[in-house]
Amino acid sequence: MLRYFLRRVGGAIPTLFIIIAVSFFLVHAAPGGPFSTERNRPAEIEANLKRAYHLDESVPLQFLRYLNGLAHGDFGPSFQYKDFSVSELIARGFPTSMMLGAIAISAALLIGLSAGIWAALRQNSAADYGVMGLSMTGIAVPNFVVAPFLTLVFGLLLHWVPVGGWDHWSNIILPAIALGLPNVAAISRLMRGSMIETLRSNYVRTARAKGLREWTTLTRHAIQAAILPVISYLGPAVANIITGSVIIEQIFSIPGIGRYFVLGALNRDYTLVMGVTIFFGLIIITCNLITDLLYGFLDPRVRYD
Amino acid sequence: MASLIRESATTEARSADVTARDIASSMTAEEVAGRSLWSDARRRFLQNHAAVISLIVLIIIAAASFGAPYLGLRDQDDVNYDMMPAAPPDFATGYFFGSDANGRDLFVRTLYGGQVSLTVGAVATLVSLLIGVAWGATAGFIGGRVDGAMMRIVDILYSIPFIFFVILLTVVFGHDIILIYLAIGAVSWLDMSRIVRGQTLSLKRKEFIEAAHASGVSTFNIVRRHIIPNCLGPVVIYVTLTVPTVILTESFLSFLGMGVQEPQSSWGTLISEGARSMEIAPWGLLPGIVLAVTLLCLNFVGDGMRDALDPKDR
Amino acid sequence: MAAIANSDLPILDVNGLETTFSTPEGVVKAVNGVSFQVRAGEAVGIVGESGSGKSQIFMSIMGLLAANGRARGSVKFKGTEILGQPPSTLNKIRGVRMSMIFQDPMTSLNPYLTVARQMTEVLIEHKGMSMADARRASIALLDRVQIPEAAQRFDMYPHEFSGGMRQRVMIAMALLCQPELLIADEPTTALDVTVQAQILELIGGLRRDFNMALTLITHDMGVIAGMCDRVMVMYAGRVVEAAPAGRLFHDPQHPYSAGLLRSMPRLDEMMHDRLSTIAGQPPNLQRLPSGCAFRDRCDYRMEVCVTELPLLRAIAPERSKACHLQAL
Repeated sequence: MLRYFLRRVGGAIPTLFIIIAVSFFLVHAAPGGPFSTERNRPAEIEANLKRAYHLDESVPLQFLRYLNGLAHGDFGPSFQYKDFSVSELIARGFPTSMMLGAIAISAALLIGLSAGIWAALRQNSAADYGVMGLSMTGIAVPNFVVAPFLTLVFGLLLHWVPVGGWDHWSNIILPAIALGLPNVAAISRLMRGSMIETLRSNYVRTARAKGLREWTTLTRHAIQAAILPVISYLGPAVANIITGSVIIEQIFSIPGIGRYFVLGALNRDYTLVMGVTIFFGLIIITCNLITDLLYGFLDPRVRYD
Repeated sequence: MASLIRESATTEARSADVTARDIASSMTAEEVAGRSLWSDARRRFLQNHAAVISLIVLIIIAAASFGAPYLGLRDQDDVNYDMMPAAPPDFATGYFFGSDANGRDLFVRTLYGGQVSLTVGAVATLVSLLIGVAWGATAGFIGGRVDGAMMRIVDILYSIPFIFFVILLTVVFGHDIILIYLAIGAVSWLDMSRIVRGQTLSLKRKEFIEAAHASGVSTFNIVRRHIIPNCLGPVVIYVTLTVPTVILTESFLSFLGMGVQEPQSSWGTLISEGARSMEIAPWGLLPGIVLAVTLLCLNFVGDGMRDALDPKDR
Repeated sequence: MAAIANSDLPILDVNGLETTFSTPEGVVKAVNGVSFQVRAGEAVGIVGESGSGKSQIFMSIMGLLAANGRARGSVKFKGTEILGQPPSTLNKIRGVRMSMIFQDPMTSLNPYLTVARQMTEVLIEHKGMSMADARRASIALLDRVQIPEAAQRFDMYPHEFSGGMRQRVMIAMALLCQPELLIADEPTTALDVTVQAQILELIGGLRRDFNMALTLITHDMGVIAGMCDRVMVMYAGRVVEAAPAGRLFHDPQHPYSAGLLRSMPRLDEMMHDRLSTIAGQPPNLQRLPSGCAFRDRCDYRMEVCVTELPLLRAIAPERSKACHLQAL
């Protein structure tokens, strides 16, 4: 088990490195520099600025400098918010984004798993087709279409939830729903398919032949096996949530990392965009690691890969 | 990611059980007349009502979008001061979707936006197809260490949030439409390469490849004439499933303002505008419905194709 | 009405069992009117080709039919009707008084649970044992089925066992509650030949020790010999011949049984030019022919065979056959 874990960690490191390297070299391949959109400045000030930001050094050297900074948790200064470093901005936005994401994915898991199991137990019934149809819609329709609609219906027309602001707990409902919806859809589909396959398996047949209570067969034998594909999906699900949060935070004006990212992108704040990309990459890699571990815990066969 | 769901959701059992089919098929004493894969697939596809209806809807939307200049409608940039700031849909005056904040006909804008979105969908999918097939076929065919290395790279790339790189690219290099095509295509080829590699691997071992080798056909021609045509089935499926992903990505970018730039506008741009003035002009979200319907139809068609072509008859 | 002593009742009393499956291509008639009895302590062998319905009989009895399957008729377990009963009722019998083991031990054990879990849950559920007691009893039984170092292996996962060992685990699991009937569905088909003999010997020995009735389903006549008291030969969902094992091997009365026996290669025979087979293919269960289902492959076919279905009739004490032929 330990070996499995170490191997997974070993695989994650090159990935992280690639993310860092590609981001860095992409940014530095930009025509012009980070200051090129600003007013024309006297050459001297330009040179001073360059030196202050180490932009006059060779690119490989800058890269090493950047890596060094990363190792110390320093993502460099923000070009757009002159008084803040990127790490400070990330630290500011992270708790908000984290809370939003956590709620979204927990709700998605809860509802998705239940819906999937329920649909599988009633295969080919009206309920089953209903769940499948809804989930198909949830997967296909983008969250930036769903979010305004939800706001329109539940906020503006029905007045059930507030539409803006971030000072009350009820503010999180709409964004969390919009963010979690595609994942609810995906999870319910996955779980349903997996459940159906498991229920037809030979070992579930054996469990029934042993005269175990149907509930025991369902929970201990069927669900535990069927849930594995959903566990595998958690990694991509987190990536999904992170990507989605960028838009959701923008739509609902939520002060999270995603919002900073968008503003940074629109204002050509390279270090911010780079820093957030790397940070998100790190989170995704970590989550993938955790799901891999979880999977290895639940499926004894992969541990001996 | 989406493909992972679909992959597992293949196990949506359509009806009867393996047991009965096993019995039935082992008991068939008659000869089954040979049928080609494609006519079989076409028949199965046509039996899938959702897929057929979706295909028709898609054709209508595409025809309307690309045929817009010939429909005798208003120009998309026509500003009508009477319809400012934003007027609701009115069938009498022909403003089917109403007008936007600048008094322009939203319906016409939606149609032209469709041109942009659908074109990006097609071109970026093509890019994705080319990269994916080339990568996968090469990896599968050469095999061994090279294959291992190439697929390791795919594995690593899987865990990278590509959208961020695309955004980074647009930040760095500007908003050239060609760049968008390439960037989005470069984001979506991973699944394709895996499928093609798998197919190539299993084909490589089949007898007719050996026969071709023995007759002295060059590796390049083997790949071209034997491997690629036989991969076509799964590739077609994945192409139809990639298109919605690509359109979605483009809309995502445009919504944030990082995709196509003025004067062009895609559905994403329109939705973004509509969302902003939602309180006073809710009909601004209508392009969103069009996008949603298109994506939904594409998914149904994709699923239909997969059900039709997938030899795993479950 | 005189009370019938419990011990006189047959363990299984099957009457007119019909099992069908509804598929998109039509209705498949897997079992077409099968009746038989299994008495206490008896070993009955059921022989037939794939698709003869032999497994589906017992799937129906155990209530393990696929979702599109329907069983009609009557099945009595020690006098109590069990066909069509809800799972809650069946669960009092399954695994406790009547157990089943299956063909493929690889997929029949849950790969995600330890063997310990899969065994103890049976005892905890049916006998209300504590985990400790259940573990002790399970390990003892694993020893009995000759799993080496049972105590150490107990907490391992199924994929860590070999095929033969897995089947032994399945057997042990089935016998935990000392059932009165063990249904063995092709228990050795998926195993190596060398292991087959061991498993069969194990089953035979356990059967004697536990004084269990056994129904052994197989397509291999050789497996029946030495294991079974009586044999039922099945074809196209019907019983075509039933006889004591010795009599069947010595003197088969149905052309199909004779064909099956003939097609078994024997060590003590001269080498012939070719192996003997039964010509033709089994019929399509969705479109059974009129009359006798075996007619197209039968060397002794008569006109009446095409028009009239031969019913199972007694031809001697303990012997019956379904054939228009008077004697073979």
